[in-house]
Amino acid sequence: MFSALANPLRFMAFSRWAAPLLGVLATGLIGSGLWLGLNAPPDYQQGETVKIMFIHVPAAWTSMLAYACLGGASFVSLVFRHALADAAAKAVAPLGAAFTAIALITGSLWGRPMWGAWWVWGDARLVSVLVLLLLFVGYMALRASIDDEARGARAAEILALVGLINLPIVKFSVEWWNTLHQGESIMRAGGSTLAPVYLTPLLLAGAGYAAAFGALWLERIRAEVWRRRATSLALRAALA
Amino acid sequence: MISALHIENLALQRGEKVLFRGVHFRVVAGEAMALTGPNGAGKTSLLRAVAGFIRPVSGRVVFEGADGPLPVDDARRAGCHLVGHQDGLKASRRAGDELIFQVRWCGGDSASALAAAEHMGLTRLLSLEVRVLSEGQRRRLALVRLIASPRPLWLLDEPLAPLDAASRSLFGAVMTRHLAGGGLIVAAVHDPLPLPARMVDISA
Amino acid sequence: MSVLTALLRRELALAWARGGGALLAVGFFVAATVMLPLALGPAPERLAAVSGGVTWVVLALASLLSLDRMFERDFEDGALDLLALGPLPLEMVSAAKCLAQWTVNGAPLAASAPFVAVALGARLTTAPMIFAAAALGGVAFAFLGGTGAALALASRRGGVLIAVVVLPLLTPPVIFGGAAVANFTAGLPWATAITLLAAYALACVALTPFAMAAACRNAQS
Repeated sequence: MFSALANPLRFMAFSRWAAPLLGVLATGLIGSGLWLGLNAPPDYQQGETVKIMFIHVPAAWTSMLAYACLGGASFVSLVFRHALADAAAKAVAPLGAAFTAIALITGSLWGRPMWGAWWVWGDARLVSVLVLLLLFVGYMALRASIDDEARGARAAEILALVGLINLPIVKFSVEWWNTLHQGESIMRAGGSTLAPVYLTPLLLAGAGYAAAFGALWLERIRAEVWRRRATSLALRAALA
Repeated sequence: MISALHIENLALQRGEKVLFRGVHFRVVAGEAMALTGPNGAGKTSLLRAVAGFIRPVSGRVVFEGADGPLPVDDARRAGCHLVGHQDGLKASRRAGDELIFQVRWCGGDSASALAAAEHMGLTRLLSLEVRVLSEGQRRRLALVRLIASPRPLWLLDEPLAPLDAASRSLFGAVMTRHLAGGGLIVAAVHDPLPLPARMVDISA
Repeated sequence: MSVLTALLRRELALAWARGGGALLAVGFFVAATVMLPLALGPAPERLAAVSGGVTWVVLALASLLSLDRMFERDFEDGALDLLALGPLPLEMVSAAKCLAQWTVNGAPLAASAPFVAVALGARLTTAPMIFAAAALGGVAFAFLGGTGAALALASRRGGVLIAVVVLPLLTPPVIFGGAAVANFTAGLPWATAITLLAAYALACVALTPFAMAAACRNAQS
């Protein structure tokens, strides 16, 4: 399916209906997930504030999905020298950074009423997401600071792949670091077992976030393709 | 090693700007080719495309050996000298040390380096730091590795520009000897080379 | 003398830059560490508690700042083109540059680290571990930093851009090295941490040259 989409014209035709469709799907999934979640009984320890997890956790999942997509698009662009894949990589970075920021802000809001701190270093997922934000920022900074578009794209692709390979090790090291400092860290209520009544809305919200991410990504790729066409036309007119 | 260089319908692009299209020529052992054209026509880029730094939009660069086409990467890394506008000599190092490194890197040894430097009249400069040399002296130093580490294909970008008349005729003799020994030269020039060469205008 | 030896000798000479290279890195290391007691106050217990971690962080920063010109020197004057058309692939050239960087900057930094940590109040018995962690971590810093330097070539902007790009990638060695020192100081088992650090450093040595060579070729195109 992806090779069929590789043709820019076919991609534009596909995304024209796919993006709004995903948007509708996302609204439905997130809506139902949040409705179910907010109507679920409160947690015996955290009360109602635990429900912010329905916004926070899917955002964290989506931010990691976004980086995987960045790595994948960069790989395709690097190996197959495909301009559309490069446009996709460029488009996904700010989007991924945005989801990361949502995850971090909601994570902070979750921590404040519970433990009185605006930021909880003892949460391995939160720290991993923070490092992920830095990876996105590094990618965007590198791309933005290279004037030659083609060279900037390739350098950024290489960086994205280096980051992708490093990412599992980063996650492992942060989790390992967390277990080392177990005495000082703060365990999340509920730990690794999640009550089933929370699981369904969480998964719904997660699927909804993924659909929203897909819709937004497709729209951003379309915008990037249009921008490149416009720049190319303007340049050709100027040089003619 | 390389007995012929074949440029097949080469087209190069820098960003949005197409430099040239349909450049097509063949250089065989013992031949020199002069690339002409106005500034910005893409002469330097063509040389760099032959050396493998720039990927052509269309067309091919083929290195032919005695038994047919050679593997491109090996041909470039073992059979080509590229001497561009910059000489790659570090200002803070001694000229002799830099020269010996460059020659060794390209497959020669210190003995051939010193002999070649002698031939180009640079021996007394070798103990000086590169920063005190003039532009012409630096260019002559950069050209020494062509003699000291023999490789068949010479890609030269305006090699004689900073040289005085005496040095030009000296290097002209060096080039003639290289061709006589079965070498190939492709040079980007504004003025004619001091030896017989075919010309191709890139901007055409 | 083999070509690789000639290359290494040249890289070492260029990195050494008549002693300027190592002096700068160590100078920054010491100068930045001095800021800590000035900011925190002289209370020995407080300084001693953070001495290991702070030493480690400032070491990472000092490593980053001193690799600015690693590839840029050769890129600017055309030497990188010459290196690309030689007997060794660019991957090996990159690895040689990082090795020279580690020898000239990383090793002196590793040697200074115990002194700096002890000055901040760390116990003298922790000095060997601090040195070992700094030496191993320095390998990772040199190779990952080199990757950043090669990537930033096309931008002609070094320094902070390299740091922004490389710092998140340094998370694993910073965690492993910091844990090794902290556990050693506290008398807890430290072998896992130092092994993980060594494994990570080796992985960097094996893998990053490919990224560096690709980045160099991108800048040359």
